[in-house]
Amino acid sequence: MAKKQAVSFKLNGKDVDVVVEPRELLIHTLREKLQHTGPHIGCETSHCGACTVDLNAMSVKSCTVLTVQCEGACVLTIEGFAQSGELHALQESFHLDHALQCGYCTPGMITRAYRLLKENPNPTEEEIRYWMAGNLCRCTGYQNIVKAVQSAARKLSSAAAA
Amino acid sequence: MIPRPFEYHAPQTLPDALGLLRQFGDEAKLLAGGHSLLPMMKLRFAQPGHLIDLGGIAELKGIRQDGNSLLIGAMTTENEIIWSQLLQTKCPLLVEGARQISDPQVRYKGTIGGDIAHGDPGNDHPALMLALAASFALRGAGGERVVPADGFFIGTYETAMKPDEIMTQVRIPVPAQGAGYCYAKLKRKTGDFAAAAAAVVLHLKGGRVQEVRIALTNVGPTPLRATEAEALLRGNRPDDAIILQAARLAMSVCAPSADQRGDAEYKTAMAGEMTIRALTTARQRAA
Repeated sequence: MAKKQAVSFKLNGKDVDVVVEPRELLIHTLREKLQHTGPHIGCETSHCGACTVDLNAMSVKSCTVLTVQCEGACVLTIEGFAQSGELHALQESFHLDHALQCGYCTPGMITRAYRLLKENPNPTEEEIRYWMAGNLCRCTGYQNIVKAVQSAARKLSSAAAA
Repeated sequence: MIPRPFEYHAPQTLPDALGLLRQFGDEAKLLAGGHSLLPMMKLRFAQPGHLIDLGGIAELKGIRQDGNSLLIGAMTTENEIIWSQLLQTKCPLLVEGARQISDPQVRYKGTIGGDIAHGDPGNDHPALMLALAASFALRGAGGERVVPADGFFIGTYETAMKPDEIMTQVRIPVPAQGAGYCYAKLKRKTGDFAAAAAAVVLHLKGGRVQEVRIALTNVGPTPLRATEAEALLRGNRPDDAIILQAARLAMSVCAPSADQRGDAEYKTAMAGEMTIRALTTARQRAA
């Protein structure tokens, strides 16, 4: 067995240290070692996007990233979105616009939408559909997910303008 | 789905990476974006004893122009290509191709060098590279050599790269002003490989084809140049009738294997259709 390695990174703003085998995938470290079970395991083959986390300002599928690749990284998961009990605009919009049914894909959806709105604060419907295409939802038909991303975009830009 | 145990190395310089590659030889695999290799390792199709991560090597990243060449670091990601103002202006074919690769998350990690060096005929950059007459800088123990895309792809997962070499840069001659282009790709769903795709670069002069390059994705053991189709078009007006004939010639070089995307006959027909669409769009775009 290969030697374990110490890896340090920031998780939702806090420093974390873990000791992992090089073959350990980030999703397993998050869920099993760090008790962050928001990112879900859907397909485990980098198709479904349920395990999406934000890694150094990129949306990535944490089933296809090794934890040892995250030395010194900044990782954001759904657990880092609400601040002092206040939901993030995206969480609020997903709630109000009924953008989920079973909720399994939702943490990945919101985490991906967060990075999309950072890069493009006012996306068209077409842009939302194109840039959210790495996240699968088997319940909603995507209509309300697109609406929720649009309403969050409006909220976030009016908050930024205020 | 956990890979077999391996040792992980994260060199920060190219000489260090080359040293590790020399040291571990056949036992080692290079890790670029990891979206082909890690899935293969999870399925245990690949079981390297040592993984050499190229992600920390700054000189392998970046996009710039040097004279008449576009120089793209091998570890440049698909999203970096899509967002590059320089490439949008000087080489929109590459941007159009990268936009059709997999999905957003994969494009944050997937790299142009990894896509090419993997030697998978389902990958999109190989055909784009053939259409753009690109070449690849490879660094090994004996220094650097530059290999043209034509002849680089030998078989499925087999390229002209030697085991001790690392691809450092992709070099693309800047297409002439007014060149028409298109990457037409048929895929069943987001994230899938092409059932068939065609990359075209088309130069017109006085309404006639001065130069054209046509390359096909995923319809053979390697990406394919449709050289007879190109020869037919050269010197002629690219009307619908000759485009149809060119597509038939392109189909004649196809040798796809049947899989869940379709049988050989279907994929060959789709390669013809993609050739028609790519040539027609390139004709519209050509000045």
